[in-house]
Amino acid sequence: MKFTLHIWRQPGPEARGQMMTYRIDGITGDMSFLEMIDVLNERLIKDGIEPVAFDHDCREGICGSCSMMINGLAHGPERGATTCQLHMRSFRDGDEIYIEPWRAKAFPVLRDLVVDRSAFDRIVQSGGYVNVNTGGAPDGNSLPIPKADADKAMDAAQCIGCGACAAACPNASAMLFVAAKVGHLGSMPQGQAEQSARVRTMIATHDREGFGHCTNIGECEAACPKEISTEFIAGLNRDYIASAVKSAVKGEARGGF
Amino acid sequence: MISLDSKVPSGSVPEKWTNFKKKQLLINPANKRKYTVIVVGTGLAGASASASLAELGYNVQTFCFHDSPRRAHSIAAQGGINAAKNYRNDGDSVWRLFYDTIKGGDFRAREANVHRLAEVSVNIIDQCVAQGVPFAREYGGLLDTRSFGGAQLQRTFYCRGQTGQQLLLGAYQALARQIAYGNVKMFPRTEMLDLVVVDGRAKGIVVRNLVTGQVSSHAADAVVLATGGYGNVYYLSTNAIGCNVTATYRAYKRGAAFANPCYTQIHPTCIPVSGDHQSKLTLMSESLRNDGRVWVPKNRADINKHPSEIPETDRDYYLERKYPSFGNLAPRDISSRAAKEACDDGRGVGPGGRGVYLDFGTAIGRLGKAKIAERYGNLFDMYQRITGENGYERPMRIYPAIHYTMGGLWVNYELMSNVPGLFVIGEANFSDHGANRLGASALMQGLADGYFVLPYTLTHWLADQKPGTLPTNHTEFLKAEAETTERLKKLLNAKGKKTAAEYHRESGKILWEKVGMARTKASCEEAIAQLRQLQLEFHHNLAVTGTGEGLNTALERANRVWDFLEFGQLLARDALDREESCGGHFREEHQYPDGEAKRDDERYSHVAAWTYNGPDATPTRNVEQLTWDAVKPSVRSYK
Ligand SMILES: Cc1cc2nc3c(=O)[nH]c(=O)nc-3n(C[C@H](O)[C@H](O)[C@H](O)COP(=O)(O)OP(=O)(O)OC[C@H]3O[C@@H](n4cnc5c(N)ncnc54)[C@H](O)[C@@H]3O)c2cc1C
Ligand code: FES
Repeated sequence: MKFTLHIWRQPGPEARGQMMTYRIDGITGDMSFLEMIDVLNERLIKDGIEPVAFDHDCREGICGSCSMMINGLAHGPERGATTCQLHMRSFRDGDEIYIEPWRAKAFPVLRDLVVDRSAFDRIVQSGGYVNVNTGGAPDGNSLPIPKADADKAMDAAQCIGCGACAAACPNASAMLFVAAKVGHLGSMPQGQAEQSARVRTMIATHDREGFGHCTNIGECEAACPKEISTEFIAGLNRDYIASAVKSAVKGEARGGF
Repeated sequence: MISLDSKVPSGSVPEKWTNFKKKQLLINPANKRKYTVIVVGTGLAGASASASLAELGYNVQTFCFHDSPRRAHSIAAQGGINAAKNYRNDGDSVWRLFYDTIKGGDFRAREANVHRLAEVSVNIIDQCVAQGVPFAREYGGLLDTRSFGGAQLQRTFYCRGQTGQQLLLGAYQALARQIAYGNVKMFPRTEMLDLVVVDGRAKGIVVRNLVTGQVSSHAADAVVLATGGYGNVYYLSTNAIGCNVTATYRAYKRGAAFANPCYTQIHPTCIPVSGDHQSKLTLMSESLRNDGRVWVPKNRADINKHPSEIPETDRDYYLERKYPSFGNLAPRDISSRAAKEACDDGRGVGPGGRGVYLDFGTAIGRLGKAKIAERYGNLFDMYQRITGENGYERPMRIYPAIHYTMGGLWVNYELMSNVPGLFVIGEANFSDHGANRLGASALMQGLADGYFVLPYTLTHWLADQKPGTLPTNHTEFLKAEAETTERLKKLLNAKGKKTAAEYHRESGKILWEKVGMARTKASCEEAIAQLRQLQLEFHHNLAVTGTGEGLNTALERANRVWDFLEFGQLLARDALDREESCGGHFREEHQYPDGEAKRDDERYSHVAAWTYNGPDATPTRNVEQLTWDAVKPSVRSYK
């Protein structure tokens, strides 16, 4: 197969970027999208041109490193798949393909297709955990958890933190990411004690990092490679309101809505 | 030769860990703050260690080359984690997990370490539950378990097909909490390129900021390497693309002994290679072997037929035939070799005849498709996405691939290398799996080391050291930094024609063919010679673009491949000098007439730990004799 690739090239964080066009052939349908870029990069290096930088590691859809807008879609046309799981058989021979980095104020471009997603780490640091130290935990079976709750927690916990939700959202909101973590921990008794404070601190960090507000457009769910449901956002909103009311009544509200 | 003192505590094997803890030195909480500990790596081992050490009060600095600590290769583990909980009342115990692991490792691991691992395994599950890890549950709300290769019990805890992800997120969140408290300073996108050794002691590391390109040093009272395994020395493996040997290999060049590099694990259930462009191989979790049956056609003439056209009587369920008591759950090394044998015999299926069937027909008949989908749905989806075939309707095709490395830096019982102050945990060390690792025990080891062993042993060691780091303008630091910069310059100045990826592919192929599933004296010698040749060529024919300033993926890659080229020779040398077959190391000269591996306890019941003697000198093979107090090595039979 042959393709014409239009790729965002940007030498560094402060530099100006632009789309560059490359033609590539000899691609087969069973190559993954990243393997196709590998082929291009090998050729570029041989021509003395710097390869296209992109984040990747596991190449099996679990680490959340890979992150590309492909023809305007986060992770490309295949539903429920990351860029590394996308295969060239999903394209037609001769297609033009536009490849860009995640576009969101909170994800500044570092180079080419590589963006800085440390905002996600800071959101987790602001409450995306259960406050327990190592040691002293009671026996694992001393806390039975209904299977339905554990399953729900797992549905949310699958989030790979890739950032596609924010990249796909017209408001650049990462509320699905926040909701997945809050939904995971809040579905289990271990996480419930701190749920109220967690919702507020994580949302506050989300906003402070420059992500936009969620207006229920739903693009995030369509783009999510793990198909995490926006129902978790609805749950997040309920928890947030409950938390805000509670803290207002107690007079400890900081910031409120 | 150096002396390798294992520092195993006194007492019978089951008492040793208790005895260690009884005598362990302590540091009072106020003083712990005065010690700085560097942890390199944020996989299960590094993240759990960083969090736990910071909770104790140490001043922790943690590094990883990923953009976030959550992306470490541990995230990809699918199947599960072992623990001797005996929740099923099926006869499990600490002793049995210990014995299974020792036997699984073909009697090439240190008894005391393995027993400790089995002991703390039960605490790991409790800890992870407390963190909110969403383990699979039964309808009654209690934890579910399943069985895994090499065990006749159901002691494996899991989170759907994403156990590594959930355990890592648990550890990552514990780490995030300590970062928020200011107890850990996290350096993502920062690659360790050298270890700084001052007067024979590990005192810090040299790193490169992968975004700015800046090379700098960090000083500490102790350095912990949790940098994972070296499976990617074979180029194609199930490991994440970024996995590499650089951190441990540079430590080796600074004096740390590298133990048993030839112990590599080949996983039997991977999706077969489809072409040259392939950048990695994908593992299908071994848990599939619980319900899938492995077979090839009995007759060579049938290999191109649709599997449904081959009647039962013409199928060879070779694992069930050869190993009736373990059947499809035979350990990995044995299952992998059996697959190779079947394919070498001309009965392999799929492209190039390098594949065997993994068939769910029987299980679907017994349990229904819905139940199988509930257990393995994501794996069936993954298979279909990669191969374009439907595993419910047509048996999957699988073939062995490099998956895990048992070898690693030598450590004593306290997880310290022979370089004082340098600790090594997780897959990066050699300690617990002998010559073969059982399924679901790497996650167990990583978390055992990080949560429940290192916090004790590191404290014990630090208690004897005066706190205080060296200034990073100390001559040894400046020297190491200058050498790193020099090395990067050398790579950048290479104006040859071949890319680092091409060298990697070529060297990996040499190793896979000559020091892979089966090895001989001649093949190991050829591998050493060919890798050496390739290494020489690399230095004048390499092509690297760009500069050292800023993000340069071509430079990163070339730098890692350089280490792989050198390390591959060490691996082959170790395979050459171990004149026996054990676990993942199969020397064709040493087998029984029925093709089973022939161990030589008389001559090789020891750990081989290599020390570096300079770029052109042969390394020294040092030996730690293994002692057998609790178990008696026997022929490892799974028949
Ligand atoms: C596909 C797959 C499935 C698996 N499934 C299972 C399973 O079901 N059960 C099981 O028990 N085991 C399983 N394993 C094995 C297990 O996942 C690994 O052995 C284990 O996770 C290794 O953990 P680790 O913490 O030692 O290292 P890793 O998770 O590999 O982490 C290494 C860390 O070191 C960092 N690093 C490395 N080098 C440097 C450097 N030079 N500078 C800075 N940072 C560096 C990386 O950024 C990373 O953070 C599986 C392995 C694979 C490949
Ligand atoms: S590379 Fe890991 S998810 Fe794509």
